[in-house]
Amino acid sequence: MEPTSNAFKENAHRALADANLQKALGMMRRGFPNKRATALARLPEFDALREQAKAIKDHVLENLDLYLEIFEQNVIAQGGQVHWCRTPQEARETVLAICSRLDAKTVTKGKSMIAEEMALNDYLEQHGVTPVETDLGEYIIQIRKEHPSHIIAPAIHLVKEQIAESFRQTHKGLDPARPLEEASALVAEARTVLRQKFLSADVGITGANFCVAETGSTVIVTNEGNGDLTQTVTKAHIVMASLEKLVPTLEDLSTLLRLLARSATGQEFSTYTTLSTGPRRADDTDGPGEYHVVFLDNGRSAMLGTEFQDMLRCIRCGACMNHCPVYGTVGGHAYGWVYPGPIGAVLTPTLLGVDKAGHLPNASTFCGRCESVCPMKIPLPRMMRHWREHEFERKLSPAPYRYGLKAWAFLATRPPLYRFTAAVASRVLGWIGAPHGRFRSLPLAGGWTQGRDLPAPEGRSFMSLWAERRKAGP
Amino acid sequence: MSEARAQILGAIRRSLKRGPLDAPQRAEIAARLAAHDRNLVPARAASLDHAGQVDLFQRMAEEVETTLTRVASAAEVPAAVADYLSQKNLPARLVMTPDPQLDDIPWGTRPMLEIRRGRAEVTDQVGITGCFAGIAETGTLMLISGPESPTRNNFLPDTHIIVLRGEQVAASYEEGWSRLRAARRAADGNVDLPRTVNFITGPSRTADIEQRLELGAHGPRRLHIVLVDDGPAS
Ligand code: SF4
Repeated sequence: MEPTSNAFKENAHRALADANLQKALGMMRRGFPNKRATALARLPEFDALREQAKAIKDHVLENLDLYLEIFEQNVIAQGGQVHWCRTPQEARETVLAICSRLDAKTVTKGKSMIAEEMALNDYLEQHGVTPVETDLGEYIIQIRKEHPSHIIAPAIHLVKEQIAESFRQTHKGLDPARPLEEASALVAEARTVLRQKFLSADVGITGANFCVAETGSTVIVTNEGNGDLTQTVTKAHIVMASLEKLVPTLEDLSTLLRLLARSATGQEFSTYTTLSTGPRRADDTDGPGEYHVVFLDNGRSAMLGTEFQDMLRCIRCGACMNHCPVYGTVGGHAYGWVYPGPIGAVLTPTLLGVDKAGHLPNASTFCGRCESVCPMKIPLPRMMRHWREHEFERKLSPAPYRYGLKAWAFLATRPPLYRFTAAVASRVLGWIGAPHGRFRSLPLAGGWTQGRDLPAPEGRSFMSLWAERRKAGP
Repeated sequence: MSEARAQILGAIRRSLKRGPLDAPQRAEIAARLAAHDRNLVPARAASLDHAGQVDLFQRMAEEVETTLTRVASAAEVPAAVADYLSQKNLPARLVMTPDPQLDDIPWGTRPMLEIRRGRAEVTDQVGITGCFAGIAETGTLMLISGPESPTRNNFLPDTHIIVLRGEQVAASYEEGWSRLRAARRAADGNVDLPRTVNFITGPSRTADIEQRLELGAHGPRRLHIVLVDDGPAS
């Protein structure tokens, strides 16, 4: 997928004007955060589990080379194969080589962000292999020739009327008189069409939420069961994974699983959690004849030992984007590449280069919600700030932004002047915005105030209150 | 092995500013892997006695649209299955895994049930399987693949009926793993995991369309458990 992350501003403008998208995002903002909060309230140990999960992943990252070797050994011991790929191109070639050897015409796919990252579908198609997405959301966007707008709910930007229209256009043999107004009718239609695809596919490709070193197992977590049919009824199961998916043991896996569903959808546990270990056994009557794990590095090994290492703890739950005010206003496509929301703002410049995505870290209000909801305690704002500074140094930012930041830096390094200016600005803004308590537009911040209102400062600044408290004593 | 492999492992070590781990460090990690130490296990299920865990299992399962009938013995299973099918207006034709766990159930007492044992096909509407464990914490079923339990039987039929024994109910996933390791440990001490372990929590579902929950996305639309509550856990 050709990244358009540098056009974040233009993308965002388009998103704000898209009525269907705004309706869909409204549903999302009401949905995920409430469900997560309910699930967390039922598990008093949640925060303690977060600490442990963070420690598990930190330990894995510090010893990643060894864990990868152990995992590989165990995959081989079970009759599977591990393929190491530095770049998306190597990974594409690896997958195609397996498909070609098996003379595969069709592959069914479970959801895999790594496959998105390496643009696998386009490549397979160009080489005569038809990829069929089977996760309902992925399937919908595949037939619409779009990209996922959310890492766990790829079609969250659509309303059901758009989906019905796409089904009518693509599904030959669909009776025009058949009503498709209800979500249930759409699900049933997709189920019928995809059942056939599962059964006729030669190869099944899935992602991996985790790779268990101890056993050489890969793990997928789904609600639909598509990833299971994908890997069960085909000749070969290919797992696409990035290097950081490793966990040491089944016990460690259990800890991470307790966080994943609750953070993602607010479920106590996802409907299907599946461990796959090697190909079908000699006496099995079912399961894939071959099992391949394709590891993609694509810049991750270089993130270790840097300020971005923490990002590699990510379990892709999506909580950060579900709670992000910017994501909730502009949706995922505005971020212009595979990973939207706060993780996109950090990963896109890291994986693609800052010149391709330099403006993304600015798509943030630094409100800190992403970090506070992240089950893996990833300091997303700190990393965005790092890219922002980096970008500023390289003078990639647009001029008004640079002058604004310079002026801020000038003031911030002179506390008395900062306090004075902030106090004046706060009063002035408070005065202009007072009648409604909100600003509908601000100079230099049009992109911000178009989708939401900036609350007018109420009363005094944090620093003046802080000074007063300090004087008053605790 | 491959050049890419060596380069990736080398890049990881360079980034971590060290060479390959030395023998003591490797031994430490091998020990960590062998210990299978449990991390924090929530008190929710672990703090209950076995009867309490079975009750919790039922409550959690029903929360996610699993239905459940409790019977007192294996002899009552065929009637429970027949009643469920007629209540839901489903055909009394079933595909049943060749799982020996299901052998002591007197299916012949309900001759109306037309049972074929083997691997599920697309045309099978109703499937019946055993399972390896039930996890009380979240009402989750743990199923394993093998010649007697092909994985597709868990996914192809529209209605999946699972026979679960009371003693199979475990508090946590960790308890499930301990039992699986014990069951699959070979004479040489190595644990041979089955090709597939399925944790199933409720019928298949999706919320991909406008975040509305719909059941039966690809897997079963209905998940029904017949819980054979025949005495305390061993
Ligand atoms: S950064 Fe944290 S919240 Fe965001 S997807 Fe990753 S684990 Fe989830």
